[in-house]
Amino acid sequence: MLALCGHRDYAAEVNVGVSLATLVAAGLLTAQVIDGGALLVLDDQFFVDPLNVFLVALTAFVGFTTSVFSRPYMRLERDRGKMTPGRMRLYHSMYQMFNFTMLVALSTNNLGILWVAMEAATLTTVLLVSVYRTAASLEAAWKYFILCGVGIAQALFGTILLYLAADKVIGGGGGALLWTNLEAVKSQLEPNVMALAFVFLLLGYGTKVGLVPVHNWLPDAHAEGPTPISAVLSGLLLNVALYAVLRCKVLADGALHSHLAGNLMIGFGLLSVVAAAFFLSRQKDIKRMFAYSSIEHMGLMTFAFGLGGPIANFAGLLHMTVHSLIKSAIFFTVGHASQSAHTQIMEKIRGLIKLNPMVGWGLLLGTLAILGMPPFGVFASEFLILTTAMRDLPWATPFLLLALGVAFASIFSRVQEMVFGDTDLKPLEHPPALVPVFVHLALGLMLGLYIPPYLVDWYQQAARMIGG
Amino acid sequence: MSWSGLFSQLLEILVALVLAPLVTGWVNQCRAWLQNKSAPSLLLQYRMLRKLFHKESVVAEHASQLFRTAPYIVFGCMTMASGIVPTLSTDLPLSPAADAIALVGLFAFARVFISLAAMDIGTAFGSLGARREMLIGFLAEPALLMVLFSASLITKSTSLTSIAETLAHREFVIYPSLAFAGVAFTLVSLAENARVPVDNPTTHLELTMIHEALILEYSGRHLALIEWAASLKLFAYSCIGLTLFFPWGMAEVGSPQQLILALPVLVLKLAIGGAILALIETASAKMRIFRVPEFLATAFMLAVIGMLVHFLLGA
Amino acid sequence: MHAYLIQSINLFAAVLLLLSFGMLSQRRILTLIHLFTLQGATLVAATAVVAYVTNQHHLYYSAALTLVTKVIVIPILLHRLIHRLNVKWDVETLINIPTTMLIGILLVVFAFNLALPIAQLSSSIVHSTLGIALACVLLSFLMMITRAKAVPQVIGFLSMENGLFFAATAATYGMPMVVEFGIAFDVLVGMFILGVFMFQIREQFDSLDIRHLETLKED
Repeated sequence: MLALCGHRDYAAEVNVGVSLATLVAAGLLTAQVIDGGALLVLDDQFFVDPLNVFLVALTAFVGFTTSVFSRPYMRLERDRGKMTPGRMRLYHSMYQMFNFTMLVALSTNNLGILWVAMEAATLTTVLLVSVYRTAASLEAAWKYFILCGVGIAQALFGTILLYLAADKVIGGGGGALLWTNLEAVKSQLEPNVMALAFVFLLLGYGTKVGLVPVHNWLPDAHAEGPTPISAVLSGLLLNVALYAVLRCKVLADGALHSHLAGNLMIGFGLLSVVAAAFFLSRQKDIKRMFAYSSIEHMGLMTFAFGLGGPIANFAGLLHMTVHSLIKSAIFFTVGHASQSAHTQIMEKIRGLIKLNPMVGWGLLLGTLAILGMPPFGVFASEFLILTTAMRDLPWATPFLLLALGVAFASIFSRVQEMVFGDTDLKPLEHPPALVPVFVHLALGLMLGLYIPPYLVDWYQQAARMIGG
Repeated sequence: MSWSGLFSQLLEILVALVLAPLVTGWVNQCRAWLQNKSAPSLLLQYRMLRKLFHKESVVAEHASQLFRTAPYIVFGCMTMASGIVPTLSTDLPLSPAADAIALVGLFAFARVFISLAAMDIGTAFGSLGARREMLIGFLAEPALLMVLFSASLITKSTSLTSIAETLAHREFVIYPSLAFAGVAFTLVSLAENARVPVDNPTTHLELTMIHEALILEYSGRHLALIEWAASLKLFAYSCIGLTLFFPWGMAEVGSPQQLILALPVLVLKLAIGGAILALIETASAKMRIFRVPEFLATAFMLAVIGMLVHFLLGA
Repeated sequence: MHAYLIQSINLFAAVLLLLSFGMLSQRRILTLIHLFTLQGATLVAATAVVAYVTNQHHLYYSAALTLVTKVIVIPILLHRLIHRLNVKWDVETLINIPTTMLIGILLVVFAFNLALPIAQLSSSIVHSTLGIALACVLLSFLMMITRAKAVPQVIGFLSMENGLFFAATAATYGMPMVVEFGIAFDVLVGMFILGVFMFQIREQFDSLDIRHLETLKED
């Protein structure tokens, strides 16, 4: 896997304009990961278990489709003079680096390496967000760097505390941060230390998840970076960060014998859902609006994992998958739409369906899907989360419903105006790559109607691992 | 009360009275050397005191009795303070009468009187000086108290003599809390003794002066007493510093013969301390009066952190 | 001898905290960099002494790593940066300095309280300094919040990293070597990126004032 990534990176460096080789290699990687899903331990430092294998596959898949999408999109950006060849080179190499760091973060067994990979992912995405070199993108990147830098420093402190707790049980040396070792002894870890460590880890990685008090970087980074980056940020990076939180939650739960970790996640999740729903109702920029929608959904997942138990975990994992697929699809269409309209301000985007029916329908369907309309997978997962919440935490349900309602009303009314209506815009010079959009939507639809048995099996195993 | 105790107490006050102008003179001399000026004589302070005592003291027409008595009160306070701070010996009969907190109170008492006296005549400079003096005192006192508390925490006593004894006798240990307290104490002493970053004792520039503005109206023997008191204050502060941070070489209870050795040790320590003070004064620039609260807030903060560090590290 | 070494570690810890406060109250940018270098050097000394006392050889590497990155490379980079950017102005603060100090004290109290129960669980000989390390981290955090210019923010960020390294040393005699290398690498790369960024920010705004970076707001 490492060698493959190295090769992909190299290919992208050499082939500046054309990312064709990237696509092939990404496809190969996807295939290999799906084939090698049964692998359990690659090395002491790396491992694949039911929880991360599906995320690895998802990451590789969305990484691949995004690169398909990014080819015409970035070519257009270059033709319009927003990107220079040098920046294209930076863009491609950083894109590969970013994918690589995320895969490392997902597959590593060492919580220290996990931290290093997350930090590296931050660094690469900072460069990606600022790739246009405009005032706004620099501001977004700076804010992103500083906020996530601080956040990730909290996570490092949490990791240190974790190591301190593990040190007592396992003994020093490199073995004490290996997750497999930690999992085995998690009930012996010192509860006080673990509680504090988890708080720091949740705050730290939670910054990257975009949980509400520490979410400020997210809308800016999404709005000002190139759209393919918004797609991978929303679809992948947030997932990886949440994955890091989950790993730590398993350990904290084992040590604490209480529901502290879960309660914290429920609190942050609920806050994120509600706050994000109200923020997004006030946005004018389309990418910012969907960025807030990402915060809302990440909050929902955090909430679900906080509730714990097989059903909520199952729903959280399902939601993770579907949200990645659909949100990246939405960003693909949004990218094309804003390229056609030369703006990201929603009031100026009109009549997409006349301009390019595929983009228009894609956006409309994607929006319906992300808002949780029945045939799509989001409906299934949200339904599961809501019913579990109703059973375990009845007081939280009205808040969730209210937030979902607000989000629905505000997003749908805006998207409807954008999709229908008159327009005098001209079609794009390059035909947009819309295959990924519909592939993603189709997968989202499929997960709503029918989940293949092996996937159910995966989810259930992973849900058991996360526990409650 | 033993005779030897009484003796050492009297000796100490005497030494303080005699040595205090010398210390001030020494600091001035060092400062002149460092600034490449020809240094004034070490004995200049004595000569000045003698000159002032022989002069007639002129008192403003509207001055009340307060104005006349203030110099005596201030001088008395400072003499008392020098008596409490252990310099030569820790066997001091006066010491149980007043601990470190009372010492700070004594300084405050003197400050109140000098400020009242400055306002008494009703000149602009007097009240300006008084206001600034109270501002500094108001900020410096808590910091000084915190410094003393840090030392008391280590030695479990607020009496300066027992602090000195405990610290001098304990096996040598590095106390991080005392390091903080030491820096804080240096800052406080600079402010309290009207030294350079806060005030300049050699200037009469009306916009910046603090201490000089207070005593502008005094003359003759009153001025002499106040100047002497200022020297005593510097001496007392130096000795507090030495007691807290370099307590070695003092005579103890029951061994008055150590007093013979203690005097040269004290002179040596004061000489070094004075030279360092001159160095600080030369190296730093006078700060604006509005920065002084910040300066003293730093001192206070350092002292508080010193205490916190003590609780954390247990040392 | 041994006891003095342990005490000297405590002293170094106290100096670290002192330097953190110094940086918090510092107005001049050059002095800030000097203080940061000094903090790095203190960290190196503390780590080396811990390594000697506990006979943990990998801590020597960790100390050497810190020496190279925090004391040599990054300060040189920073000096070059401010030379090239020609920033000689005083550091501007968003809250006045005495208030910052008072908040700082509260943070220290908080950090000490937080660390006390945990430090007692650690078997490390210098476990009690964990509170100081946490306090350093929080103070750097405060510094990042209260500074209006880009360079001091970055220094705050780096000094936070110092605090974290010290925390690792104090609590567990450092992290596993792989992780430490990874962290050092990340910090160095981050520093480079930030340096590049500052040039770009100045190009765009003619200033390094972070307050220019406030156009992206919720409306």
